[in-house]
Amino acid sequence: MNELQREYPEEIERILAKYPPENKRSAVMPLLYLAQRRQGYIPPQAIQEIAQILELSTTEVASVAGFYSLFHEQPEGRWRIQVCTDLPCALRGADEFLKRLCEALGVAVGGTTADGLFTVEEVKCLAACHRAPVFQLQGDGEIKYYESQSIDTVLALVEELRCKAESKKEGA
Amino acid sequence: MKEHILLRHRDIPDLHRLEVYQKHGGFETFRRAVTTLKPEEVLNEVKASGLRGRGGAGFPTGVKWSFLPNNLWPHYVVANADESEPGTFKDREILESNPYQFLEGLMLASYAVQANLSYVYLRGEFWQIARHLDACIAELEAAGLLGEHLFGTDYSLRIYTHLGAGAYICGEETALLESLEGKLGQPRLRPPFPAVYGLFGKPTVINNVETLANVPPIVERGASWYRTYGTEKSPGVKIFCLSGCVNHPGNYELPLGTTFRELIFEYGGGVPAGRKVKAIMAAGASSSLIAADENALDTPMDYESVQEKLGAPLGSASVIVIDDSVNIAWLVSKTIEFFKHESCGKCTPCREGTFWMNRIAQRIEHGKSAPEDVQLLEAVASQIQNKCLCALGEFSIMAVLSGIQKFRTDFEAKVNG
Amino acid sequence: MVVKMVSLTIDGRAVAVPAGTLVVDAAKKAGIDIPVFCYHPKLDPVGMCRQCLVEIGRPLIDRATNQFILDADGKPKISFGPKLETACTTPVSEGMVVVTDSDKVVAARKDVLEFILTSHPLDCPICDKGGECPLQNLTMRYGPPVSRFLFDEKMHLAKHVPLGELIYLDRERCIQCGRCVRFQSELVDDPVIGFSQRGRALQIVTFSNPGFDSIWSGNTTDICPVGALTTADFRFGARPWEMNASASICNHCAVGCNLTYNVRREAKAGGKTVIKRVMPRQNEMVNEIWLCDKGRLAYHYMESDQRLEQPLVRKGGELVPAGWDEALNLVTEKLRSAGNRMVMLVGGRLSNEDLFNLGELTEAQGGQKLLYSYMGGGDLVSRFAPPKGSNLGELGAGSVVLVVACDLHQEAPLWWLRLKQAVKRGAKLIVASARPTRLDKFATHVVRYAYGEETRTVAAFLPVNVAGAPQVIQSAAKTLTEAEDLIVIYGSDGLYLEESTALARTCAELLLKTNHTGKVNSGLLAAWQNGNLQGGWELGFRTVPDLAERLEKAALVWVAAADPAGDDPALAKAVRRTGFLVVQELFLTETARMADVVFPVLVNAEREGSYTSGERRVQRFYPALPPKGIVPEARPDFAIPALVGEKLGIELEDHSAALVMEHIAAKFAAFAGINYQRLAEVAEQWPPVGGSDLYYGGTSYLNRQGLGVTLSDVLQGESLLNPAPIQTTQRQKPSADALPVYPIQLLYDRGTTILPSALLHERLVQPAVWVHPTTAAEHKLQSKARLIYEGEAVEVAVLLSEQTPPKVALLPRSVGLLGYWLEA
Ligand SMILES: Cc1cc2nc3c(=O)[nH]c(=O)nc-3n(C[C@H](O)[C@H](O)[C@H](O)COP(=O)(O)O)c2cc1C
Ligand code: SF4
Ligand code: FES
Repeated sequence: MNELQREYPEEIERILAKYPPENKRSAVMPLLYLAQRRQGYIPPQAIQEIAQILELSTTEVASVAGFYSLFHEQPEGRWRIQVCTDLPCALRGADEFLKRLCEALGVAVGGTTADGLFTVEEVKCLAACHRAPVFQLQGDGEIKYYESQSIDTVLALVEELRCKAESKKEGA
Repeated sequence: MKEHILLRHRDIPDLHRLEVYQKHGGFETFRRAVTTLKPEEVLNEVKASGLRGRGGAGFPTGVKWSFLPNNLWPHYVVANADESEPGTFKDREILESNPYQFLEGLMLASYAVQANLSYVYLRGEFWQIARHLDACIAELEAAGLLGEHLFGTDYSLRIYTHLGAGAYICGEETALLESLEGKLGQPRLRPPFPAVYGLFGKPTVINNVETLANVPPIVERGASWYRTYGTEKSPGVKIFCLSGCVNHPGNYELPLGTTFRELIFEYGGGVPAGRKVKAIMAAGASSSLIAADENALDTPMDYESVQEKLGAPLGSASVIVIDDSVNIAWLVSKTIEFFKHESCGKCTPCREGTFWMNRIAQRIEHGKSAPEDVQLLEAVASQIQNKCLCALGEFSIMAVLSGIQKFRTDFEAKVNG
Repeated sequence: MVVKMVSLTIDGRAVAVPAGTLVVDAAKKAGIDIPVFCYHPKLDPVGMCRQCLVEIGRPLIDRATNQFILDADGKPKISFGPKLETACTTPVSEGMVVVTDSDKVVAARKDVLEFILTSHPLDCPICDKGGECPLQNLTMRYGPPVSRFLFDEKMHLAKHVPLGELIYLDRERCIQCGRCVRFQSELVDDPVIGFSQRGRALQIVTFSNPGFDSIWSGNTTDICPVGALTTADFRFGARPWEMNASASICNHCAVGCNLTYNVRREAKAGGKTVIKRVMPRQNEMVNEIWLCDKGRLAYHYMESDQRLEQPLVRKGGELVPAGWDEALNLVTEKLRSAGNRMVMLVGGRLSNEDLFNLGELTEAQGGQKLLYSYMGGGDLVSRFAPPKGSNLGELGAGSVVLVVACDLHQEAPLWWLRLKQAVKRGAKLIVASARPTRLDKFATHVVRYAYGEETRTVAAFLPVNVAGAPQVIQSAAKTLTEAEDLIVIYGSDGLYLEESTALARTCAELLLKTNHTGKVNSGLLAAWQNGNLQGGWELGFRTVPDLAERLEKAALVWVAAADPAGDDPALAKAVRRTGFLVVQELFLTETARMADVVFPVLVNAEREGSYTSGERRVQRFYPALPPKGIVPEARPDFAIPALVGEKLGIELEDHSAALVMEHIAAKFAAFAGINYQRLAEVAEQWPPVGGSDLYYGGTSYLNRQGLGVTLSDVLQGESLLNPAPIQTTQRQKPSADALPVYPIQLLYDRGTTILPSALLHERLVQPAVWVHPTTAAEHKLQSKARLIYEGEAVEVAVLLSEQTPPKVALLPRSVGLLGYWLEA
C-alpha cells in the first residue's frame, strides 16, 4: 500500500468501483484530483503511486496530468482565483475586473500573493457568461463558482479565506 | 411560453428535490418504459419526435440510437455535460435546477439501447454539480429507480459521474471518450464512429444534457405533441443562451424558429441604451459572424434557416450579441486566443494554425501590424480550413474568416492605428 | 485463406490490392509516393499530421439495384467529397478513384508542410538527420520558398533534452507526429515516453526511471521523421553522406538480426576507419526493421583498446608477445604429441566457417568437438525446427506458440516482439514459466511451476499424461493439440545444462506426439545466448555434462571464443590443470590468462563469414572495416586451425570464407546447396524502406546483401527423439536452511562483448542474487550472503526483488558468480 492508498482508502475504492475492472485506467483523472487535494498540486510521488494503483507507466499518468488545465504540477497559492476573461465575459467587463482584482491583491496575472494564499489566474469560458464578472475558486480539493462579482465581493471573500487560514494555523 | 418543458424548475419550485420531481410525475415514464415498453418502442418515439442533438451538430437523436449494432455488447450511454463552448450555459442550469429530468432522460436512453452502465462526463469546473448529481444518483438507487433488476424486470442500470479537468476539446465526443478512458483528451479517428466503437471500444451513444432532458416529455406525451413546437425539420423547443451586449442575458427556452429579433429584443431586453446590434454569433465562439441587418434579425432560429439564409450554423444556439462599441478585430483575437488555448495539438493545421493566427491577431490587436497582416491572417485561416482531424480546428477559423470578410474596416482601423 | 482483391484507380493507373489496404499503401505498391509523417506502415494509422491529404472519389451506387450508376460513356459516375481525405487512414474500396497530383492536393501538401515548418528550427546544417531527413526532402520538393512567419515569433525550445542516457530529444525539431510514442506503446508495450501539455505546447516527455526505460529505444530514432530523437551514441557523430554502409548480422542472441555498420575514416582515429553507428537492415523474416538496444549499442567492444593485438606464448610462467610462427609451431608440436587426447571447446560467437575449420582439425586429431553452452538440445532443434518457409511474422489465427522457461523479452527480444504481434493477429500464446515475464500479458494461458519442475510441466501436456493434469494445463494442452501449427520455444530460465537438455527433449516429444513436425510454422526453437550456437550444433559440436572432467583430463585443450574459467570456478580449476591450453580470443579473458598460447582474432566487422540463427537461417556478414583495420596482427578465427592444419598436413582453407562454406556444403547435408551467392540473394520486401521515401519506413537500411537461407530439414521418425530421456543430477543441500539458486539470463549481461560499451553501463546487470523480500526475511538474509558452489562458498550481494518467486534465489548469468545454494 502506498501513501495515497493509506490516506484515501475508501475514496480510492469508490473511484475504482465506477469502472469495469479491465478499464481501471479510467480512474486516472479522479485519482489525480485526489492526489491534488492536499497540497493543491500533484507531486511526482503521487504520479508514481497512481501509476502503481492503475498498473500504468508513470509517463502515462504524468502525460494525462500535463494535458488538463485543472491539474497543476507546480505548487502555487492555496486558492486559485480563476477569472473568466473569455469573449462573452469580456463583453461584460471581465478584463477590467481582472485588472482591478490584480491591483487590489498586488499581483500580476498568474502571480501569487505574498502570504502564499492566493494565485490569480485567467481562464477560458466557465459556462456562466450571463453572470459576468465571474470566477471560480480552486483550492482545498474543491472548485466553487462566484458569479455576478464585484471587486468588493471578491475582496470580502479573500478576507474570509484569510481568516479561515489564520484560525486553522492558530488552532494547530 | 406559458409552460417550460426543459426549464420546468422555473415553474415548479424545488424541482431539484426527488420528492418534488416525483410528485410532478417524475420517473413514472421511466417506470412505464421499463415495465411496459420494448426498448425499440422508446427509441421509435424519440425518432418520430424528430428531436435533434442539442450539443451543436443537430443530428437526429433517435436515428443515432438506432445505429448501435445488436451483435456487439455491452452498450454504453454517455451524457455530454462538458459544456465549454464560450457563451453556452444551458446544460448547467438543467443540471443544477432540474437534474432529475436530465437523469430520467439518460435512463430512458440507456433503456432504449439496453445499456446497463452509463456515465455523465462533466467538465471539471462543474465539481459542485458533480457532487450534487452523485447525491441524486444515490437517492435514485435508494429509491430503487437505479440498480439491479429494476421494478422486478431483468433490466439493470448504474450511472456514474466522471469529471473532466479543464479541456474544451473533451466536449468533442471521441476526445471525451478518450478522456473517460483515462487518456489525453485527443479526438479519435472516425470512422469507426462511437455507435460502433465507443467507450472501451464498445457501441456507445453520446448525447448532450439538453438533448436528454427532452426525452422524458417526449416519451411521456408522445412525438406528435412534441412536434407542435418548432418547425417541420427542427421540431421542439431549444434553450437559447443569450449573452454579450444585451440587457437581460440568460437562458430562454423557446420553440425552434423563434427569430433573433424576438430573442434579443423581446426576451433579452435589447442592447444597452444608445447602442446598436452590430453582429451576432449564434453558436458561441465557434460561430460565423452574422452582420446584424434587418434580414438577419428576422431570421428564424432553426437549424435550416440560419444556415441557409445567413450561411452560419446554429450550433448550440449560444447567441452572443455584439454591439457597435466592439471592434471585430479585437473580438477575433479573443476567439483565436480561446482556440489556441484549447487546441489539443494532435493535428498539424489546428495546432500550428491557431498558434500562428494568434501571433498575427495579437500583433494586429496591439497595433504592431502591417496592412498585409490582415491578408496573412485570412490566408492562414483558409489554410487551416477543411484539413483538420476534428471540428475544433474548423471552428477556430469561423469568426476569423467571416469577421475579416464582413468587418474588414475594423481590422484596417487597427492596422492604421 | 483467400484474400479478396479490390480494384481502384490511382492517378489514372489501375491498381488491384487486397481488401483492407490503406490508400497510402496501395499507392506505394503502384509506385506512387504520398508523403506522410505520422503514418508508418508498422504502426496503426492515426491521421494526425494531415500531410497525406488526397482527393478520393467513390462510384455512386444505385440504392435499388446495388449497382454502380453509369455515365453516358458507360463508366461509373464518381463522386468526390468536398474535403480532401487522409490517404493513411482510408481503406481502398471497389471502384475508388484517388488523385494525388492535382493542384488541390499539391496546394494542401504545401499548406500542411508550411504549418509544420512554422515551428521547425531549420537547423539542418547541424542536424544529425540532415541528409536522410523526410522533412528536409519534402521541404525541398513542396516547401514554401520564403517564410511568412516572423522569425522572432517562432517557438524556441530546449535542444538537448536527455530522455535518458541513451536517447536525446531536440524539442524544437519535434513535429508531434507521435511515431515514437505509438511505437513505444503499441508495438513494444513500453509506454515510457508520452505527450504532455497540449496545442502548440504538446511535447514528448518521459518519467520512467531510468529515463526512456525500454530496450527498444533506439528504434524511435530510426522512425522519427526528423532529427528530434538521436542516440547518445551517434549524436553529432557524422553526417549520413560521409559514411559507408556495410551489411552484417548481430551475434548477441539467437535471433540473428540483420544490421548495417556505418563507417567512415577519421583523422582523430589516426586516419583509421571507425564504426559510427549500427542501424537495422530490413529482413521481414527475421527482425523486420528493428533492433534491440543491445544489438545497436554494444558494438564498441570491437574498437576497445583492450583487444588482443599479438599472439602470446607462456614463457617462464608469463604470457609474452610472440610471432605467429613461433606460436603456431608450438601449438602444432603440442597437438602432435597430444594426439586424440585433445579437446576443442568452441563458443557461439564464432562463424560457421570458424566452427567448420576448428571441427575439421579436431576430427583429424580424433579429438572431442565440444560446445560451450548453458543450454542443450540443439541436436533436437536441428531435427525439429520449423522448416524452410516458416516465418514468425506470418503466425496468426490458428497458430499456437508455447514458450517454456524463457524470459523471451530478455533472451531473444525480437522473437518477443514478433510473438506479441502474432498474438495481435490472432495467434495464441501459452507461457509456462516459474516467474512472471513480459510475455504473460499476451498469453491465453499462463502456467506457473516451481523452479525444477520445467520438464515435468511440459510432460504433463503430452496426450498420455494430460488427463490427470491440473485444469490450466488441460486447457492449454487442448489449445496446443488442436493448433494448426505449433511452435515451442524453450529458454534457459532457471536451467543448467542437463535440465535444459531434458526439457528440450520433452518439448520435441510434445511436437511429435501432437503431430506438429515437418510442417511450416511448426517446430522447436531454442533461445540461445549467442548468435551461432545453433551453427555449432549443426556442425557437429556437442555440449557435455562432464565438461570439467574432460577438460582436466585432456592433454591439450583448445578454446575458441569462450571463457569457461571466467564463468565457472569449477571449470577454472579444470582448465588450470589441463595439459596444454590454447586460446583464440578477442580479449585477455580469465581463460586466456591461463593459456599457454593465445591467438588474437578479428571481430566480425573486420572480416566475412556467416552465422546460423536460432531459426536455422544461415546469414552472411561482410567486412565493414578495411583489412588490417583495428588490430592488424589479428586473424579470422577460421584461419588459425587452417594454419596449424597446414603444418600437420591437414588441408583447410585459411583465406576465403566463401571457400570454407563450399566445404561445409559438401560435408553437411543440411547445408547442401548453400553458397555465398545464394546467401546474398534478396527479394522485394514490404514495407519498402530506404531509397528516397525516407518518410515512409524510416532510416532502416534496405537489404541489398542477402536475406539468408534456411538449412534443409534432416527429419523424420520417432528415432528422432534419441537420445533417451536424461537423468538430471540431484544436488546435495548443504544445510536445512539453504535456498536453491537458479540462473537467469538478462539482456544487458556482463559478457566480454558488452562490457566495453560504456554507454550501456548504467543498465548492466549487477553481480548479486535476487531474493523476494519475504523469503529474505524468512531465511534471515542480510545485504550479503554466502553463495555455495561445488562445496565452496563466496560472499555475494543480496538484492531484494518483488518479482522473484518465494523460496528461491535467482542469479543472473555473466556476473562472474555461480552457485547452487544460498545461505545467510
Ligand atoms: C470541439 C468540440 C466541442 C464540443 N463541445 C461539446 C460540449 O461541450 N457539449 C456537447 O454536448 N457537445 C459538444 N460537442 C458536440 C459533440 O461532439 C457531440 O456532437 C454531442 O455531444 C452529441 O450529442 P447530441 O447529439 O445530443 O448533440 C462538441 C464538438 C466539438 C467538435
Ligand atoms: S482540429 Fe485541433 S483539436 Fe481537433 S484534433 Fe486537430 S489539433 Fe486536436
Ligand atoms: S495524417 Fe496521414 S500521414 Fe499523417
